[in-house]
Amino acid sequence: MKLLKLVPDDTNIKFLKWRIPFFAVSLLLIAASWALVLTKGLNYGVDFAGGLEVRATFTQTQEAPIAQLRSDVGALGYGDPVVQRFGKDNQVSIRVRLPDEVAADKEAAQVAANQIVGSLKDKYPDFRLDGNDNVSGKVSGEFRKDAVLALIAAMLAVAMYIWLRFEWQFGVGGLFALFHDVSLTLGMFALFQMEFSLQIIAAILAIIGYSLNDTIVVYDRIRENLKKFRKMPLPELLDLSVNETLARTVMTSLTLLVALVPLLLVGPASLFGLVAAITLGIFVGTYSSIYMAAPLLIWLGMTGDSFVPDETAVDRQEKIARGEA
Amino acid sequence: MLDLPKWKKAWLWMITGLAVFAALPSLFSIANASWPQALPDPMVNLGLDLAGGSHILLEANSSQVATQRIENMEETVRSTMRRAEPRLRIGEVSTRGGRLSFMLDNPGDVDRARELLLPSINGNGLVREWDLQVVDSSRFVLSPTEQGLDQAVTDAMDSATEVVRKRIDALGTREPTIIRQGDTRIVVQVPGLQDPEQLKALLGQTAKLEFKLVDQTALPSDVAQGLAPPGSEIAPYSDGSASAGTSIAVKRLGGIRGDNLTNAQQSFDPQSNEPVVNITFDSEGGRRFAKLTTENVNKPFAIILDGNVLSAPNINEPIRGGTAQISGGFSVESANQLAISLRSGALPVDLAVIEERTVGPDLGADSIRKGMMAMAVGSLLVVVLMIFTYGRFGIYATVALVINVLMLLGIMAILNTTLTLPGIAGFVLTIGAAVDANVLINERIREERKRGRRVVAAIENGYKEASRAIYDANITNLIAGVLLFLFGSGPIRGFAVVLVIGLFTSVFTAVTLTRMWVAGWLRKARPSDIQL
Repeated sequence: MKLLKLVPDDTNIKFLKWRIPFFAVSLLLIAASWALVLTKGLNYGVDFAGGLEVRATFTQTQEAPIAQLRSDVGALGYGDPVVQRFGKDNQVSIRVRLPDEVAADKEAAQVAANQIVGSLKDKYPDFRLDGNDNVSGKVSGEFRKDAVLALIAAMLAVAMYIWLRFEWQFGVGGLFALFHDVSLTLGMFALFQMEFSLQIIAAILAIIGYSLNDTIVVYDRIRENLKKFRKMPLPELLDLSVNETLARTVMTSLTLLVALVPLLLVGPASLFGLVAAITLGIFVGTYSSIYMAAPLLIWLGMTGDSFVPDETAVDRQEKIARGEA
Repeated sequence: MLDLPKWKKAWLWMITGLAVFAALPSLFSIANASWPQALPDPMVNLGLDLAGGSHILLEANSSQVATQRIENMEETVRSTMRRAEPRLRIGEVSTRGGRLSFMLDNPGDVDRARELLLPSINGNGLVREWDLQVVDSSRFVLSPTEQGLDQAVTDAMDSATEVVRKRIDALGTREPTIIRQGDTRIVVQVPGLQDPEQLKALLGQTAKLEFKLVDQTALPSDVAQGLAPPGSEIAPYSDGSASAGTSIAVKRLGGIRGDNLTNAQQSFDPQSNEPVVNITFDSEGGRRFAKLTTENVNKPFAIILDGNVLSAPNINEPIRGGTAQISGGFSVESANQLAISLRSGALPVDLAVIEERTVGPDLGADSIRKGMMAMAVGSLLVVVLMIFTYGRFGIYATVALVINVLMLLGIMAILNTTLTLPGIAGFVLTIGAAVDANVLINERIREERKRGRRVVAAIENGYKEASRAIYDANITNLIAGVLLFLFGSGPIRGFAVVLVIGLFTSVFTAVTLTRMWVAGWLRKARPSDIQL
């Protein structure tokens, strides 16, 4: 059986030749993402904004009366609800962000929840409640704080570890790549106004994990090559490292994608946001390892001297094989 | 060397076997097959987002505990001083600023009063519950100590948790989970509950029943303005009662509480046919109730539930039988609910629902079914891709991947952890990490072969060189996972648990196990060339 080769042997793509324009584009994308987050804002779900989310199915109807629901719930006086299709055509999610004075009062929030669900049940006989989330402002505030704290702590600790195992430039490069990935994911959620919930935090964490994996594989090869080819100019060495790991990069990304795409297409509606975020993250994470993490090493003044040459037997064999010794 | 000593291989197989075995009960349960009862059955719990059910987070009003304690102390101080021989007279009692202060009429009695109060101040003797200061020679100031207050909150939460458990059991729901969380919270998880309204109503009711004398000296005009005579307080009528919207003044002290009940049943009033609750006191409660009604014949007393007056009937004659009937505009349902609440005891603190999530069982089952389908398709594609790309090594990787998923499930079952929707993201990441490990190893072996190394050396080197990146990547993820677990809240933790366990299983299967298999094959087949 002839085995599949996704990437031909000995590629020599000059990735880093275009590092400046790519890096500029990346910075622009990061800036654009944050601009979007700050201007359009994230479409916080009840986890982070507090309030009430109701998921329901209209069992006898082909298509849920979304516009009608919007005015029905709006008429109750708790502000404009967000009504969206959720899964099938006859399934909806209705989100009401309770006014601050209602959300702050635990009992009033309960009353509001009962009133909203009750009025819909009365008006639509085929209204089937599939689930609801009711989060008080206090709890949602804690969720926000915890999520931000967890993300920052995890990213910093990881950068520290890379610094210890490699060099400080690698730590900075890795951290910046992670920042890039998180920013772009947030930017996508702001752009498409997809619901931003605790699940998405889990997705961002998965992206950080994956992107880190990728960055470390490239860095590991750079470290190895820095020891091996002490005279090679850094851009050339980085290109070599990226090319050497290219087959792995493509194969791993592709494998993950084929696992994720079915989840995206036929998976449960409740997982859509999460899977969409991770799928985007695979592209972004792979890209950032090559165009953020690697070129930063050049600009941060990385040199091969940092790694004490410990020439192993394997390295020596390697040089003999290449006719260098 | 790639090959391992026999005893090590035996160990690896044993660990693998155990973990995979532990996954079987969960798989049987998902497939609706029955697992033999004779065997141990560790199970992965499905989170409510997957299994359907209600999650309710209750928070206690802890400042109420402090207020209640001061009130109780006031009662204690008054009765202690009253019972002293000879009686100690006190005045200017104040409970302002979270402290209790009072004045002794006779400064000469300071030492005696202090002596009498000591047992109440020291509590159970483990922690001192109150600080006692005497200022201006005869003013006593009692301030609660922090440890004492903490202890009181802890005790209140313990008994509140117990009360919550009793009330939920009374509803007959199956397998509820009731856990204390942090200092002042209780998490209630009830699988498969369709309509959580009843549950929430039941948990939200403190069910503190009090019988207090009506202060008849209060002027109606003052009461309407919310002004009570000294020693009394204003209590509003409850919404359902006949006089809803108005208030009356009741005497703050000297009433009794409905704590000492042996039974409470919903019933109907024989005359009006209105739903009522019949309560039965225990002997202590009955004695006190009899005393209160005997001493106050022909005076009205208020029946107060959670601060709202249900009714204020006149005491026509002493009630000595130890039973009483409570009415107050109940529906059958609300009377029944009150009966359950009273039977399970009053909550020592008010509990408020601050987070509620309900997932209908249909939606949960649908999520699982669709998720399973998608994962099956995805896994199949991964397997095909791996085998077509790496041949024999791809098969090893695939088998390792299957074992990885089973081991992860098995270890989660042994640790009795919960799989949630975010946990599935963790699963995806774990599978990704495992695939990546094998891709790294196999690509490296390819590279080493390309450089002209012989088969055994290439494979040996491939594992060795790839391991460095694999370990670095996994350790960084481990650090991230542990931090997420420490700092994150519920759903993030669900992700972190899977991530951390998955890192161990994926390295174990993707590196250690495949290496053992490859080594075994090399020894047996001694290939001079490999297809890779």
